[in-house]
Amino acid sequence: MAEVLIQKDKQLLDKSVLETGEMILNMGPQHPSTHGVLRLKIHTDGEVVSKIEPVLGYLHRCFEKHSENLPYEQIVPFTDRCDYLASMHMDHAFSMTVEKLLDLELPERVEYIRVLVSELQRIASHLLAVGTFGLDVGAITPFTWTLRDRERILDLFEQLCGARLLYNYIWPGGVSHDLPPNFIEHTIDFVDYFEPNIDELNDVLTTNKIFIERSADVGILPAEVGINFGVSGPSLRGSGVNWDLRKNEPYSVYEKFDFNVPLGKGEMGTAGDCWDRYYVRVQEMKESVKIIRQACEGLPDGDVHGSLPKKIRPEAGEVYGRYESARGDVGFYIISNGKNVPLRVKMRSPAFCNLSVLSEISEGWMISDVIAILGSLDIVLGEIDR
Amino acid sequence: MNSVVDSFLRSFAHLNFDAGFMISIVIITSGVIIFTIMALNAMVAVYFERKVSAFMQDRLGPMEVGILGFKGGKRFWGGIGQTLADAIKLLVKEDILPNNADKFLMILAPFIIVTGALLTFIAVPFAESLVISDFNIGIFYIVAMSSVGVIGIILAGWSSNNKWSLYGAMRAAAQIISYEIPIGLSLLLVVLVVGSLHLGDIVQWQADHRWFIFHSPFSFIAFFIYYISTLAETNRVPFDIPEAESELVAGWMTEYSGFRWSIFFLSEYANMLIVSIVASIVFLGGWLSPLQMFNILPESWLFLDGPVLGFFWIMFKAILLIFVMMWFRWTFPRLRVDQLMYLCWKVFVPFALVNLFLVSLWELIL
Repeated sequence: MAEVLIQKDKQLLDKSVLETGEMILNMGPQHPSTHGVLRLKIHTDGEVVSKIEPVLGYLHRCFEKHSENLPYEQIVPFTDRCDYLASMHMDHAFSMTVEKLLDLELPERVEYIRVLVSELQRIASHLLAVGTFGLDVGAITPFTWTLRDRERILDLFEQLCGARLLYNYIWPGGVSHDLPPNFIEHTIDFVDYFEPNIDELNDVLTTNKIFIERSADVGILPAEVGINFGVSGPSLRGSGVNWDLRKNEPYSVYEKFDFNVPLGKGEMGTAGDCWDRYYVRVQEMKESVKIIRQACEGLPDGDVHGSLPKKIRPEAGEVYGRYESARGDVGFYIISNGKNVPLRVKMRSPAFCNLSVLSEISEGWMISDVIAILGSLDIVLGEIDR
Repeated sequence: MNSVVDSFLRSFAHLNFDAGFMISIVIITSGVIIFTIMALNAMVAVYFERKVSAFMQDRLGPMEVGILGFKGGKRFWGGIGQTLADAIKLLVKEDILPNNADKFLMILAPFIIVTGALLTFIAVPFAESLVISDFNIGIFYIVAMSSVGVIGIILAGWSSNNKWSLYGAMRAAAQIISYEIPIGLSLLLVVLVVGSLHLGDIVQWQADHRWFIFHSPFSFIAFFIYYISTLAETNRVPFDIPEAESELVAGWMTEYSGFRWSIFFLSEYANMLIVSIVASIVFLGGWLSPLQMFNILPESWLFLDGPVLGFFWIMFKAILLIFVMMWFRWTFPRLRVDQLMYLCWKVFVPFALVNLFLVSLWELIL
């Protein structure tokens, strides 16, 4: 017996078990903080991360291939399912691109409704982003508070089109329904209720010392690196780059609205850290409230179905439409060969580009920081994998 | 001071039982008593925590589960049977041991953790004479026993054969062992002034003088050092990094389920109760009534310090401290492991040492 044990010990020693090296930690696809089915292969030295390899594709649904076999109007439900936390933005982006291909002019009421619901959607999406970022660094209560407010927006959308998450509301050429009665009043009620809650959130989370310790100066994304990796949206603006398509290339009726583009200034640390990316989202919610108020005031009358085309059959050609979604710069590239189905649809996914920078900015940070950085980039796997 | 064991032995002394028999009876009875206290404490505390978190988060918490059809009230007492149902669920759940786990150590770990908590309870007084066994080194014994659990945590993390568990265990070991030093130093301050390790003596000193938290500016600081360090010792937010659910899934408990997991849960809440009771005994006057805080009331008010009310006061103070722990948990984010170590070694330990020195001077001069 003893001999066998000694033999076993020798075998263990021969396998050089005492050698030290990097440990590969497999985070996901089932993990509470990967925001969906993302898998990260993290090379770690103790707690310090030396390299991250994101593994994608667990949620791949062949959106682009499907689109080649579907009439344009039937693609809209699929775009809903791309970024399921900002479905209105995806619908809007795709519809805008198709309208560009058709050279369609829309009634002003449709554009106002679109801006209104898009900004509501932006608040809903940012609320979830901000809340889950808090959850990632361990603050649970702000998450439930933000979800409570998001619920109100989902209720509004339910009134609007009957759906709470995947709306299929914005169609190429218009919207599916006109606003229901009292929708404007309910929206005003909501923003009146919501605005003080942002300050409450700032009190409990944004200015919390531990939260600042965890997020300021962590995962700094320099502006240049962000631009090189194609990062866009609040994640890029957190680095101080003034790039918002609503201002830089105004689409829909955004040039009529008065709002600011919040930028990361490095108030608590260095510009481009997690705290800045987080705070840009908080401030953007305030700006969205401003836009919603203006849209509610200036909403013109008219028929929302007037411009809906009987049949969508664009001329042969190609078009690229871009849109500022809650996560960044969404692009749809559509090639038409004159049929009612597109020849090719390519989607530029902002969250995909934002995720690509993860490995670059989290080297040398600890595992806890990687979670914070991932949370601050606000990815949605439905959009990354498409 | 009397203790439960002493009075037990005394009241059966005339029956002339065999000594060995008596001792085993005493051990079994006290074990059962402690375990009942632990289980009750966990059930009440879990319900309390769920309700506290619910009200802080703008929701109602459990509202549906009742006991024999009695669901409790509209808001606060709603869902009163929830923790009982949870406990039953945990007891009958399938017990999973991973294939590649070190099964012996994995089974052993919960035993060690629960033993640590059980043994600590022996010296924890719930009122003047309501203590299982009255040690003259009570405070030292409690500090020593409460660190037994960390062995179980390391075993649990290592034997699970899971990298998340391993991370959790290493974090827990580093954290708990580090924070024992500020805890020890701030308790040492009290021992230095009182000149005794006996918990009864410490409370008696406070009855004669004043509550320890108001003894000097240094003991005031020591209380906060002690309290914050115990948060780390019991893995509560903002120091819950060993289990950090958003990072390490469930830390060192990842591979545990059912009864074994509920044992961890039980000892976690037991530790919360222990550190809160110790804090209220050592710094907040133990079983003395808060009305007597500065000894300015006339003698006739001393009835408030009676044995029954003593239990009430000590639990009142402990539950208040537990409530603050819960308040922290549902308000604060979590620190990072290096920030936690920074806080311990570069802030608390030097402060506690300086504190200890200054309080000696204070005692010398005043």
